[in-house]
Amino acid sequence: MYKYFGIISLAFILFSCSKSKEETSASVAMNESREPDTIQPITVDVKMVYIPGGEYLPFYGEDTVLVEVKPFMIDERPVTNKEFLSFVKANPQWRKSVVKRIYADSNYLKLWPSDLELPIGADPDAPVCNVSWFAAKWFAESVGKRLPTLDEWEFVAMADADTPNARRKPAYSDYIVDLYLIKNKHLNPVKQSPPNYWGVYNMFDLVWEWTDDFNSIMVTGDSRTGQYDDKGLFCAGAATNSTDVMNYAAFMRFGLRTSLKAHYTVANLGFRCAKDTSLNNN
Amino acid sequence: MNKKPFIISAAVAMTFALWSCGSNSGNTAQNKNKAIDMEATGEFEVADITAAPNVPAPVGKRGPKKLIVNLETTEIEAIIADTFSYTFWTFNNIVPGSFIRVREGDEIQLNLKNAENSILPHNIDLHAVNGPGGGAEATFASPGQEASFTFKALNPGLYVYHCAAPPVPQHIGNGMYGLILVEPEGGLEPVDKEFYIMQGEFYAKPTSRSPKLLEFDNDKGNDENPTYVLFNGKKGSMLGPNMLEAKVGDKIRLFVGNGGPNLVSSFHVIGEIFDNVYTEGGSTVSHNVQTTLIPAGGATIVEFTVEVPGEYNIVDHSLSRTFNKGALGKIKVTGDANPKVFKKN
Repeated sequence: MYKYFGIISLAFILFSCSKSKEETSASVAMNESREPDTIQPITVDVKMVYIPGGEYLPFYGEDTVLVEVKPFMIDERPVTNKEFLSFVKANPQWRKSVVKRIYADSNYLKLWPSDLELPIGADPDAPVCNVSWFAAKWFAESVGKRLPTLDEWEFVAMADADTPNARRKPAYSDYIVDLYLIKNKHLNPVKQSPPNYWGVYNMFDLVWEWTDDFNSIMVTGDSRTGQYDDKGLFCAGAATNSTDVMNYAAFMRFGLRTSLKAHYTVANLGFRCAKDTSLNNN
Repeated sequence: MNKKPFIISAAVAMTFALWSCGSNSGNTAQNKNKAIDMEATGEFEVADITAAPNVPAPVGKRGPKKLIVNLETTEIEAIIADTFSYTFWTFNNIVPGSFIRVREGDEIQLNLKNAENSILPHNIDLHAVNGPGGGAEATFASPGQEASFTFKALNPGLYVYHCAAPPVPQHIGNGMYGLILVEPEGGLEPVDKEFYIMQGEFYAKPTSRSPKLLEFDNDKGNDENPTYVLFNGKKGSMLGPNMLEAKVGDKIRLFVGNGGPNLVSSFHVIGEIFDNVYTEGGSTVSHNVQTTLIPAGGATIVEFTVEVPGEYNIVDHSLSRTFNKGALGKIKVTGDANPKVFKKN
């Protein structure tokens, strides 16, 4: 038991560290570019879906520790090229020619021919990619929202078309892994496939998505270290057993998240926004 | 539940293990210390690396150098067997990945680029490296990112490298492995022919997109029940026009690795006896061996001289894999008959 307690407290420490770090980074961003209140708000037309939350069993940690997810609202689909264009129009400090390298690497909006032009041939309604975590976070700010937490995102990801938690359905896991392996799917427009149980679209079939605390759970690059075991993310045996068939797809997501740094931009990595809600289950 | 006695006994066992290692460390420790003190000279230059079944030129008598090895991780579709394609994950678009050949004392800068259009992160763990994860953590790269680290080759031998990004069995099962040879000072003894062969098994199922396009099947992987067991990532990679070729009298050296991810190979060449086997790719040489085991994530060097012309089958002598799952290659030996050694009556 002590061991588990230790791990949990460690996780808390890491989590709180990453929180404060994030605030520091944000304040640096504010000082160096514009004051936060000068982030120009923009309006986007995206439906948000109410998620009642509840207790769920994360893919990390011990298999008996449930995590509570409070009710929240989440965008029904990822942020699109068109919407990100409005953001950089209103907020010049996020244009590709001027963005600071500490906030977005050199692949930021890579295929955009210029600051205010979408990639040639790109669908304006396809998810925006090659955006850093910083950029995603400030976009969310500009629309009065925030990024979903990892737990919120994973909570929504448990749902298939018919049930809020399809983790025990082998076919659903296979379906997701199969989707993950399709190339260039990030070029397709949003909302062309059926929504899940909550009415949320495109959780798996377009892009990887940033979460607010994407690096709070680390799967080490070398998956045989103690850290890997401690976090309970040992995929191999449990991958398709009866306790959690979706583990395998989740494992691929956690692997991807672990490889990221906040200024990275990746060709098939986008995001969607979320926000708190005062509505509740009842 | 009471872990204390276990911890204590583990600690005691470990102390003993360390102690016994220390007391008969012999050759390895000496080699390592020697290699640490070897100075790699000159500027960094890009190493010559090759696709199977070819290997780069031997190091010969040269001194330690500074070398750059460039590898790119990719996810591609290619023929695996007959009319079936597979979604391979690779180093440098080939399975196995490029053969790297260095000598002890060399300083190697390994640059890993994960292709822009990769879906997943990748990295590399080279078993020839002394250091955390064999480089895995230092090279963990998101799609489109590059990572790099430098290591000094200390232990001569033949080593597997592979991707160690999670889920590891999937990355290896999709073909992310290759070999790195660290030659001892002065090089391996010259031979007439050298070839690069790597075994690996594939757990395949059709994708939703096409019944002819296959991808990794995790259930089969967990059951260790492969669809294919292959040399050099493709059925027939060393058959027909792709047969390895040699002449009567040639001394042949095979660098053979086993990527796995799970199966152990019973490596054998039908109609030949290995004069020398560098057991598990290390420094112990056995003679007159018929079949040698190659563990998953391990390698071996075998040497033999061909005395009689004909076709020699390279197999995994766990034979269902050869007859039913694809683990078959051939060496075609040409030259004069040698009735003193073999004749049909």
